[in-house]
Amino acid sequence: MIAWTIHVTFAGALITLLLPRGFARWIALATTTAGFVISLATFFQPNVDLAHFTTVVRVTWIPALGMNYHLALDGVSLVLVLVTGIVAVSAVLFSWDISERPNEFFFWLLLVVGGSYGVFLSADLFLLFLFYELVIIPKYFLIAIFGSTNKEYGAMKLTLYSFFGGALVFLGIIAAYAVGGSLDLIQLAQFPFSPQLQSWAFPVLFLGFAVLAGIWPLHTWAPTGHVAAPTAGSMLLAGIVMKLGAYAALRVAMNLFPQGFQMWRGWFAVLAVIGIVYAAAVALRQRDLKFVIGYSSVSHMGFVLLGLATANVFGVSGAVLQMFSHGAIGALLFAVAGTMIYRRTHTRDLDALSAMNLRRALPFAAFTFVIASAASMGIPGFSGFAAEITILIGAWKVYPLAVWIVGTGMVLVAAFTLRALKKSFFDEVRTQEGRVPLDSDLSEQMITIPEKLGAALLMFATLAIGLYPKILLDRIQPAVEAMRFLK
Amino acid sequence: MSYLELLRLAAPEAVIVLIALAVLTIGLTSDRAGNLSAIVAAAGIALAIWTTLRLPSHANLFGGMLVISPLNSLFKVICLALAFVTVPLVPLEKSLRNRGEYLAILLLGTVGLMLLVGSEELLMIFIGLELLSLSLYVMAAFDKTDIRSAEAGLKYFLFGSTASAFTLFGISLVYGMSGTTGLATIALKLSAGSVQPLLAVGIIMTLVGFAFKISVAPFHLWAPDTYQGAPVPSAAFIASGSKVASFVVLGKIVLIGFAPVHGSAEWHAMIAGWSPVLAALAALSIVIGNFVALAQTNVRRLLAYSAVAHGGYSLLGLVAGGHEGFSATLFYTTIYAITLVGAFAVAGVVRQETGGDDFSNFAGLGSRSPLVAACMSIFMLSLAGLPPLAGFFGKFYLFSVAFRSGGNHGLFWLVILALFGSFVSLYYYLIVLKMVFVEKGSPSETGQSSQVPVRLGLTGHFVANATIAILAASVLFLGVLPQPLAGLIFRSIP
Repeated sequence: MIAWTIHVTFAGALITLLLPRGFARWIALATTTAGFVISLATFFQPNVDLAHFTTVVRVTWIPALGMNYHLALDGVSLVLVLVTGIVAVSAVLFSWDISERPNEFFFWLLLVVGGSYGVFLSADLFLLFLFYELVIIPKYFLIAIFGSTNKEYGAMKLTLYSFFGGALVFLGIIAAYAVGGSLDLIQLAQFPFSPQLQSWAFPVLFLGFAVLAGIWPLHTWAPTGHVAAPTAGSMLLAGIVMKLGAYAALRVAMNLFPQGFQMWRGWFAVLAVIGIVYAAAVALRQRDLKFVIGYSSVSHMGFVLLGLATANVFGVSGAVLQMFSHGAIGALLFAVAGTMIYRRTHTRDLDALSAMNLRRALPFAAFTFVIASAASMGIPGFSGFAAEITILIGAWKVYPLAVWIVGTGMVLVAAFTLRALKKSFFDEVRTQEGRVPLDSDLSEQMITIPEKLGAALLMFATLAIGLYPKILLDRIQPAVEAMRFLK
Repeated sequence: MSYLELLRLAAPEAVIVLIALAVLTIGLTSDRAGNLSAIVAAAGIALAIWTTLRLPSHANLFGGMLVISPLNSLFKVICLALAFVTVPLVPLEKSLRNRGEYLAILLLGTVGLMLLVGSEELLMIFIGLELLSLSLYVMAAFDKTDIRSAEAGLKYFLFGSTASAFTLFGISLVYGMSGTTGLATIALKLSAGSVQPLLAVGIIMTLVGFAFKISVAPFHLWAPDTYQGAPVPSAAFIASGSKVASFVVLGKIVLIGFAPVHGSAEWHAMIAGWSPVLAALAALSIVIGNFVALAQTNVRRLLAYSAVAHGGYSLLGLVAGGHEGFSATLFYTTIYAITLVGAFAVAGVVRQETGGDDFSNFAGLGSRSPLVAACMSIFMLSLAGLPPLAGFFGKFYLFSVAFRSGGNHGLFWLVILALFGSFVSLYYYLIVLKMVFVEKGSPSETGQSSQVPVRLGLTGHFVANATIAILAASVLFLGVLPQPLAGLIFRSIP
């Protein structure tokens, strides 16, 4: 059943293109809701084997090269499919009033979503890579056509970085295919690759995927891309696309080349720690609200990479939990900054915002942003806390020093989040400086119902997981324990 | 061997020659018979495809001069199909007067392609090559109103005739060494002993002519001017049919005829032979083609430099050698040819609408004609090698074969270079798409476009758009389901 998430989404994308413009957003909403409902139903379906990567669909595709349309499911992929569904629905809700070329917009958006479902469910290396690359071009058009600040530069930079990572991945995949003689991920995960091959193929593959996860120092596409993208684009980028890289690094690089992983994981842990602290420090100095959130995404994805690099059950499960958690939180933050604030004030400059007294004008936005910030800072009760604490427990066992450094990084995260929160919503109004506190029509532009629904969905996700992380961890942990690099 | 038997086995070629004469007559007798001659030409090509399919599966005349095998028949069909889709592009060039003559020359060039593909004997190959080249020179220079076209024809002719001379010289040396011109017998004669200097000269000279035809660096200098200046259908034909046929023949020459002197291009163990030569050409083409393409501002010129790079990628399969390598090269060239005809057709439509094919002429195409723009994005992204398009699968196939060949992944260096090259290439293809979808067209251009249907005639417009759409659909289809074509090519190679 879960395979239908992919089929429905691509079918929806095609239909969007064919029907008149008035239908586009409804089709997109119906499609993403269907995907979400399917993943939710699978999530609560009893007696599904989530501990192993179990085949769902397997159709011969290109027998000459041993390629199959092969989808499989385990706890890790299910959790990520679920967050894809959540973010996709709210991204459509937050672009409800798009008026310029809506068919195209939702077509590209659905392609990103469908490709992401595909990556999370693929059990064939070629298929996974196909979906992975399929996500790149829609992102370019989403940003270059519908974006804002410096959009063409941001779009091109993001695309070239993604494609550069893709080229590295391509090389790693060809090496695995040529040596292992198969493209089946389940088979390849049993294949004994020589240590010599693993020693170079692992870093190539891992780094290639990690580009999309925003690994330092190849993260610079993320802030510029996020800022340039339209709201739904940033939500998808932060919420889903960055997870593709981390997921594929886990599923492919670490599972196929466990010895290479053991050789290199220390180095990647160092990069992850630098990323966490560095991005948080940079975020502290930004004037543009979206840049603050963009760098915070890089910082949070650093936790994911650190979790993966610990190579123990806690760290890796925490990393998957963090992918879910940041998917919801990152999307929520961008939704507030991009739609709730920017569409109404036409600025994202923190100093300008601080003079607007937005807390009065947009109380719902203020409320949402407080929730999102709290979750992002890792306040207990929200999903960010549950995820990061699990990662740090895992990291403590192998890299105690990293935990100390990251601990200071978390202070920086709290600092920049509070700064952004204060400046955008809770500054004292200084009307005597001659600034008009509000756009005259600002108070009339209430937060719309679709926006409230989208925000509520994301807030519910982060709160529910924060209060009861076991519901995800029960599904993640057995799957992680079954993975090869732990044995 | 009776003449009737010969006529039976050479029926497709005979059909095309007769149709060429018929089209020429139609063009001479009537002034306004452009459409009729195009229809007759298309029908003739379809008939030739049908006769090709009805040929026996194996035959060999005159010691390899005319060989019928599944591979040859398959590529005769592919070349005919490429000629077939070139015909609807002819009305796009409003300045092409004497359409009957033009189509007749196109058909004669097609005969050249078929002879080239259908022969396994050096002299016959050379004759096919010359027949093809002479037709293409005329086609490139056909637009007498445009000085660019004259330049294109002249450059193509000068470079081409020099390259032919080299090839002929090389063939004569190979003949001198082996005492025969049949590919299979050459292989037998060469098998003894190592590469002697004279033979090395012969091989390299022979390869030069083909390197020119497939426009790999450093023999690519004619390509940018010819692709840009020649009439659109001529450029499309040069870039597609001529290239596919040349790759088939080049593959047969090196893999059958020169098989004993394969050599090795592996980085840790280079051995003299033709494969290091081709590897060097490939590496040079990938680097030069991709980097020079970055600086272009004209779409057809950009396609020319990207053609250089793609020629380089395609050579990877031949360097890897073997059954799989050859089939990967042929698959890649075939889909490349389909894509390029489509891209040229789009360039033709844009030229028709806005009077040029610079980047600025493509601005706003997305809102002017969404269908053509969508097809253009399919062609460009397939060339860049993005899924789910045919170019992606082609690259995967080609690169994985090259990576696997030899011991210890010796062609690793070429694969890395090719991957790097395709990374660079995404940038310039995206720039074209950015013009198409993101930039707004200037009002003067959109003003012109409203007159288009009047000038071209609704039918001509429709036929051109339908051709583009069919080509784009086949690129998409071959990307999603490459098995039919890939399996066909793989099985047809002996």
